[in-house]
This record gives sequence, C-alpha cells and structure tokens, in this order.
Amino acid sequence: MTVARNWPWIGLKAVAWLVLAFLFLPLLLIIPASLSDQSHLSLPRNGLSVRHYAKVFQDPVWLAAIGQTLFVALAAASAATVLGGLAAIACWRTPGKWAWALRGLVLLPLIVPPIVSALGFYQLWASLKLLDTYAGVIIAFTIKTVPYTFTAVASSLFLLDVRLEQAARNLGASRWSAIMTVVVPAARPGILSGLLFAFVYVWDEIVILLFISSREIRLLSRLIWEGLQDTVDPAIAVVSATLTILTAIAILVLGFIQRDRLAT
Amino acid sequence: MLVCCTYNNDLANLSSGSNLSIAGFEHNRFPGAARAWLRANLDFLILALPAVAALLAFFVAPLANVLVLSVTEPTTGLDNYRMLLTNSGIQRVLVRTVNLSLITTVCAVGFGYLVAYVLAGSPPRQRNAMLFFILVPFWVSALARAFAWILLLGQNGPVNSVLIGMGLSEQPIKILYNELGVTIGMIHYMLPYAILPLYAAMKDIDQQLLVASRGLGASPFATFVHVYLPLTVPGIAAAFSLVFVYSLGFYVIPVIIGGGRVLMIAQYISINVLDTVRWGTASMLSMTLLVSILLLTAAGNGLKRVAARGNAS
Repeated sequence: MTVARNWPWIGLKAVAWLVLAFLFLPLLLIIPASLSDQSHLSLPRNGLSVRHYAKVFQDPVWLAAIGQTLFVALAAASAATVLGGLAAIACWRTPGKWAWALRGLVLLPLIVPPIVSALGFYQLWASLKLLDTYAGVIIAFTIKTVPYTFTAVASSLFLLDVRLEQAARNLGASRWSAIMTVVVPAARPGILSGLLFAFVYVWDEIVILLFISSREIRLLSRLIWEGLQDTVDPAIAVVSATLTILTAIAILVLGFIQRDRLAT
Repeated sequence: MLVCCTYNNDLANLSSGSNLSIAGFEHNRFPGAARAWLRANLDFLILALPAVAALLAFFVAPLANVLVLSVTEPTTGLDNYRMLLTNSGIQRVLVRTVNLSLITTVCAVGFGYLVAYVLAGSPPRQRNAMLFFILVPFWVSALARAFAWILLLGQNGPVNSVLIGMGLSEQPIKILYNELGVTIGMIHYMLPYAILPLYAAMKDIDQQLLVASRGLGASPFATFVHVYLPLTVPGIAAAFSLVFVYSLGFYVIPVIIGGGRVLMIAQYISINVLDTVRWGTASMLSMTLLVSILLLTAAGNGLKRVAARGNAS
C-alpha cells in the first residue's frame, strides 16, 4: 500500500505500537519475576538468580505434571489430527450440503464455551467411569481440538485441485494409497500446524480439567491454577516464563513452516 | 472462486457417475437411488465417519444430556428457566457478564481495528514484526497472562509504583480483584482475537479502489469513511461477534484477576456444580449461554454475509 508518510499515519502507527506494547510487555514481566533472588514471589531486588528454575525442574511433583501433560497432549493432538484431517479431506473431495453439515458439526466444539463442554463431559464421564483417567482426559481434549486440526488441514487443501487425486486413482492407485501419496503430502503444512495448535491447546486448558480430573491426572495447568489461588509460590513464575518462551519459539517455527508453504 | 467450485463439483459428479455405471455390472443389492447415493458418497462417509462418530458420542450426546437436565432437575418443567426472570442474584450475574463483555468487545475491536489498519498498511518486514507481538500473546497460556496481570496490578506492583512515582496518585489504587482489573485482563486476552479477523479482511482490500477514490478528488478521510470502512464491515462483524461470544463464556481471567469478587456466568455455573451441586440451575444457565452464543454467531455470520453482498453489488 502506498501511503504517504504523513503525520496522521505516523500518529496511528504510534498508537498501534502502544497497543502492541500493552499486549506484549506484561508477558515480558514474567521473566524477571521468575529470575528473582527473593525466596517468595516478587520481582528481583539485589540480583538475578536461577534458583527457582533449579527447584521446579528438580521437584518430582512438577516433573510428573510436565510428563503427564506431554503424554496427554501428544495423544490428544495425534487423535485430533487423524479425525480432523480425514474430515477435512472428506469436505475437500465432496463439496456440497453434506460437507457443509460436517463442517458445522466439526466446528461445534470451538463455539461451545469450555464451561458448557465441561458440564457435558463431567456427566457422561461419571457414568462411563472415565473421570480422572487418562482415557477421559485424552478423549475430551481430542474433541475440543478437532476444530483446530480440521481448519488447518482444510485451509491447506483449499488450493489443491481435486483432479490430482482422481488422476492418481485413474492411473491405478487404490483409494487409500491415492490419499496417502497425493493428498496427505499436499496437506502436510496444515497437518503440522494443526498438530501444533492442538498440542499447545492442551497445555493451556483448565476449565474442563477442573471438572474431569482430580488426584490421578494432575496436568501442568492444574498445578499452575492451584498455585495462582495463593500467589506466593515463585514456581508459578518459572513455569509461566518457560511456557511463554516456548510459545514464542513455537510461533517462530510455525512462521517458518508457513513460509515454506508459500514458497512451494 | 465460485466458478472454480462449481467446476470441481461438476467434475466430481461426472467421475462418480462413471464409477457408478462400471460398478452397476458388479452387484445389484441396493435399490437404484439409494445405491447410487451410497456409491457416490462412500468415500465421503468413510472419511467423515470417525470424526462424526466421536463428536456425536462424546460431544453432542453430553450436550443433549445437559439440555435434558435443565428441564428435569430437580423437577420436570421450565422452573429453572423461570429463575432468569425471578432470581435477582442470577440477573445480577447475567447483567455483569453482558456489561463486561460489551465493554471488552468495544475496546478490543476499536483498538484492534487501529492495529489491523496499521498492520495492513505496513511494509512486509514491519508487518511480520508486529504479527509476532500479536501472535505470542495470542498463544501464550491464559494462566500465564492472568499471572502477569496479578504481578503488574498488585498493590506494590509496577503499575502502582509508576502511578505514585509520577504523582498521579497518593496511595496504591485497587485495580486487582475488581471489575476494572478483570476488564483490563479481558481486553488484553481478546485483542488478538479482534486484530486477526480485521487484518484478514483488510489484507484483501483492493488498493486500486483507494487510489481511484483519491484520484477522483476525495480527501484521505473521505476515502476512509466512504470506501475503506464499508469494505471492512464484514471483518468488523466477524471480530465483534467472535470477541463478544468468547467474552461471555470467559472463566480463567475473571476468576484469577477478579479473585472471586467479580462473578461472571461461567464461574457461577461452576460454583453451582462443584460447590452447591445445583445441577438444574447450572445446566439451565449453560443452555442459556449456549443458545445466546449460537444466536450471536449466526447473527454475526448473517451480518457479515449481508455486508459482503452489499459491497459486491
């Protein structure tokens, strides 16, 4: 856009950067808080120290929570990618009113607020004896992340010509191998970013967890939640800072994946 | 775009039609029409089945159950829904929820529009830098963000230190554990949700239109009001309904930053289940929330479509 570099534009730009500062600076504050030399939760007084990091990453409770979350996130993200990816391929191959209905169903978990989903899961899980089990938590997260993986795969298939797959079928490929060798490679950026979205979602979700998990399944977000209730434990700062830094790295990685997609 | 879709559609029909005629020789188990439908849609069914089965069993069914509970617990009938009209405690929570969500939405969409406008008008390198500062907060855990605000807004936190240091306030002002703090936290959370759809709408605007408007003698301001703004109305509708809908169901920020003193509907529902065990009230409020959200989403989509059609003609 050819905008003259005039005063109104510079003013707008300044306000926009102020808004971005409002968005970003609070997150940066977490990092010095996590490096505090004080024994309680506060900003550093006399110098920086990594002692809270050492404490958290040697504490069996936090380590167990990280391990559990990693497992649940991997399982749920993989399951959601398979379910959402196949549904996206179905919509891409056969556009029409059934595809439209399928899309509505798949996006439903995104529209329903977490608290309402949590109520539903809680009731059903209680009757299926799935409360506080790995299976229960993984199924709930799979359902809640299917919209993300579906949307990601659908958007990377958007520009792919349906005839490519038909050509493979005509040349003798079976239904399955046509999908695996033609469609899946083309959808790879969407599959990867959907997987990443779903994975990140699990680390953040707390509302549903408060209902369907208690003693056995204690994911990281649950520990942070409990720590936030009394806000004196510096471990919260350490974990929040680590999550923030990992998120920033993940976004840079996603940026590279998407740049590759644009390049090819 | 539309042309290309219909073209693909026709092609898909053609090819499945030819499959059908070949397959017709093989077996004849189903009556004609049903078999033709099945043949044409078999791939679709196989691919969609896992997601459909999982969603129906583990999501739609439990939601239906919540709906049933809302009219059967503790007694059958609409007694729970009557509370919306009679119970002043519930009404207070609803009014507060709508109030805070509206303030959040107006601020987030207003500032978000400005940021998206600058974003769309910036050269690629600056745009990527700005997007980074938007996407990181967008993806960072809500818990970490709530925590950041607790650090910032506390009695001895940086915000109060600065206010006192600048002589703007004599003593620390209370921002945490009240509606002001919750609103700040919610705007912070929702800004990226407003910026991204607005930016998506602005990115696609044909710059030639603006050049033409200026060339025909319109001032920059008139060009913005008469050309640019109407073109972004679909984006505004999308951002507004998205942010408002998310705000209505918000849980983490009000609970943590509000410290239990700013009760919004989501927290009220969870108290009714986990503490006071009133499933009827909780499921009634859930259904009220869900139906409002579905209606608002539909209205947002409708508005978006009408505005888009208005621009096209």
